Amino acid sequence: MSDLLHVSSSPHVRAKDDTSRIMLYVIIALLPTSLFGIFNFGPRALLLILVCIFTCVISEFLFEKITKRKVTVKDLSAVVTGLLLALNLPHTLPIWQAVVGSVFAIVVVKMLFGGLGQNFMNPALGGRVFMLVSFAATMTNFEFDGVASATPLAMIKSGESVNTLDLLIGRTGGTIGETSTLFVLIGAIILILLGVIDLTIPGAYIVSFVVFLVLFSGHGFDSNYIVAQLCGGGLMLGAFFMATDYVTSPITPMGKVLFGICLGVLTGLYRIFGNSAEGVSYAIIFSNLLVPLIEKITIPRAFGIVRQKKTKEVKANE
Amino acid sequence: MGLKTFKGGVHPYDGKELSKEKPIKELKPQGELVYPLSQHIGAPATPVVSVGDTVLRGQKIADAGGFVSAPIFSAVSGTVKAIEPRRVAVGDMVNSIIIESDGKFLETGFEACNDYTSLSSDEIIKKIQDAGIVGMGGAGFPTHVKLTPNNPEKIEYIIANCAECEPYLTSDYRSMIEEPEKLIEGMKIILQLFPNAKGLLGIEDNKSDVIESLTRLTKHEKRIEVVPLMTKYPQGGERQLIYACTGRSINSKMLPADAGCIVDNVATINAIYTAIVEGKPVMDRIFTLTGDAVMEPRNYRICIGMTCKDIVEQAGGFVREPKKLISGGPMMGFAIFSLDIPTTKTSGALLCFSQDEVSKFETTACINCGRCVEACPEKLVPSRLSKFTEYGDKESFEAWYGLECIECGSCSFACPARKPLAQSIKTMKKQILADKRKKK
Repeated sequence: MSDLLHVSSSPHVRAKDDTSRIMLYVIIALLPTSLFGIFNFGPRALLLILVCIFTCVISEFLFEKITKRKVTVKDLSAVVTGLLLALNLPHTLPIWQAVVGSVFAIVVVKMLFGGLGQNFMNPALGGRVFMLVSFAATMTNFEFDGVASATPLAMIKSGESVNTLDLLIGRTGGTIGETSTLFVLIGAIILILLGVIDLTIPGAYIVSFVVFLVLFSGHGFDSNYIVAQLCGGGLMLGAFFMATDYVTSPITPMGKVLFGICLGVLTGLYRIFGNSAEGVSYAIIFSNLLVPLIEKITIPRAFGIVRQKKTKEVKANE
Repeated sequence: MGLKTFKGGVHPYDGKELSKEKPIKELKPQGELVYPLSQHIGAPATPVVSVGDTVLRGQKIADAGGFVSAPIFSAVSGTVKAIEPRRVAVGDMVNSIIIESDGKFLETGFEACNDYTSLSSDEIIKKIQDAGIVGMGGAGFPTHVKLTPNNPEKIEYIIANCAECEPYLTSDYRSMIEEPEKLIEGMKIILQLFPNAKGLLGIEDNKSDVIESLTRLTKHEKRIEVVPLMTKYPQGGERQLIYACTGRSINSKMLPADAGCIVDNVATINAIYTAIVEGKPVMDRIFTLTGDAVMEPRNYRICIGMTCKDIVEQAGGFVREPKKLISGGPMMGFAIFSLDIPTTKTSGALLCFSQDEVSKFETTACINCGRCVEACPEKLVPSRLSKFTEYGDKESFEAWYGLECIECGSCSFACPARKPLAQSIKTMKKQILADKRKKK
């Protein structure tokens, strides 16, 4: 018998999911809406997706090489960031702008704050908002079937009506991955079935957003309007894929609810009272900043702790 | 559906099929047996034999060192070879009595009792105390202390921990299959002490055959009820079991008795039966030897004091070279670096694996996924607690209820970044509790 036995602290078994497997699950869940985006907007959408993923992975790799850190690209988180960023871009965007946005997302938003797990803002959304400010014209230039078209959200903002069925399927203008509510929801169901996310954040987000709409939009219970608001922009993609980003959302169960409510209220505020028709990205990155505060006030009370405490000296455990 | 359980927990691969089918087999020790004087919570026992003395099986070799303590008995006849420090499963050196077996197993006389209903509560407690019974599920808390709460009439539930939620372990399962009458009679003895209590047998539903047979056997016992529980780790954690069976919650500062409950595991209740009915002290126990590295994974009736080495040899040795040996279950057991470790009253298993599953894992960054929060049966936030440990932030650690941790290991199990969460929380807990003791 060998004298070299392994010793380690318990537990001596582990679950099968590791970080890269979870990232792989997210990528799989994003495939339906990505493929639909490519089908909807043509090969240029595919090109943008590939450029963003490639740039994100390369930037992370180079940053870690240059700063002499352990290379972590195999955890696939940079792939997720690249894919999410691309899905948030109009397919007409110049390639060089996509490259700049990807580099910003990875290097500034993620790596400068310490890499995976340390960034306080969702990298893909940080990158997108940076691009919205820097490249305002091209970032809001939406085309559908070769003609310039407003997004459904912009249309309802200016008082036009939209076809609900087109909205659900996604045959409208918009960014590559946001248009199809149907395919985003298929992805969301995959995420939920694989145990990657639960409904707390998206649920609180959507419910509080609808409540906000009913109260303040001036349209009351107009179901067409509410469906258009929910499905016409980036809300579904944001609610299921970006608000649920582990790193930048609260870890406490009550915090998740509060975070969802913040998102709903802020999105409503930006969309109804703001200049722009869209508001999901801003709502998410702003709420990301609130996460430490939200966690501080939602420390879960441990099992068996009641307000009035009893004390005893001896402790018996079986 | 409808099965009782707690919130949180994990579902590790259970590996019980390796050892659950085969009947319990008797193992006779050879050579020396080692009895650490501290194999229970409380004061160490004090030797009542000297080097060179001859002892009989069932003879007391060390007396309880106080009220919260327990005497120790020799499981073999032979000679006291030495009284010296020996290494135990957790890695410490503990003063131990070493007995060289003569292979004859000559017994002292045991005083059987045909009718325990004629015994008074004090007599029963006395017998349990004198038999050296401690919590044999692993904690080793002296049972007579547990059975003498401040207000015995306020105890409403005696819960038998038949969950056996640790993967790979099947000793409780086998004894419930082979000697269920011990469990039931043992429970009746305890119930005799508590006139207002009801006996609950909490059993995970992966042991449906046991649920069925015990339900049948207790059909006419008005005070005993079988409670099927969901199969989930740590279903057998004391606080989790109480919650599942009664809906009551207790925290680290409370005793089960504060919620009107007393919890004892199967092996402990069997020992109570043996002590009262057969008059025998704690000398033997059922022990699971399993894993892919051993010749014959199954349950054995061992003499307490046998070394792991002796057990493995008597059981046919290894078929593969072991890489990892675990005393206890894979979730809370201790990895040992040598087989020269004695078994004690609380040793329930030895797992021998030819592969070390955890050694190939690399720790990566926490991505805040919250799986540890979902897994924690105590509703804690393990990833934060582990961060507070890294920063040495004791205040925040306590504010986030770190001291409530039951050290079940579910967080480490679930962590996709493979962080040693439970390990770091345990470390901090120890430091804080040590500080508190110093202040007193």
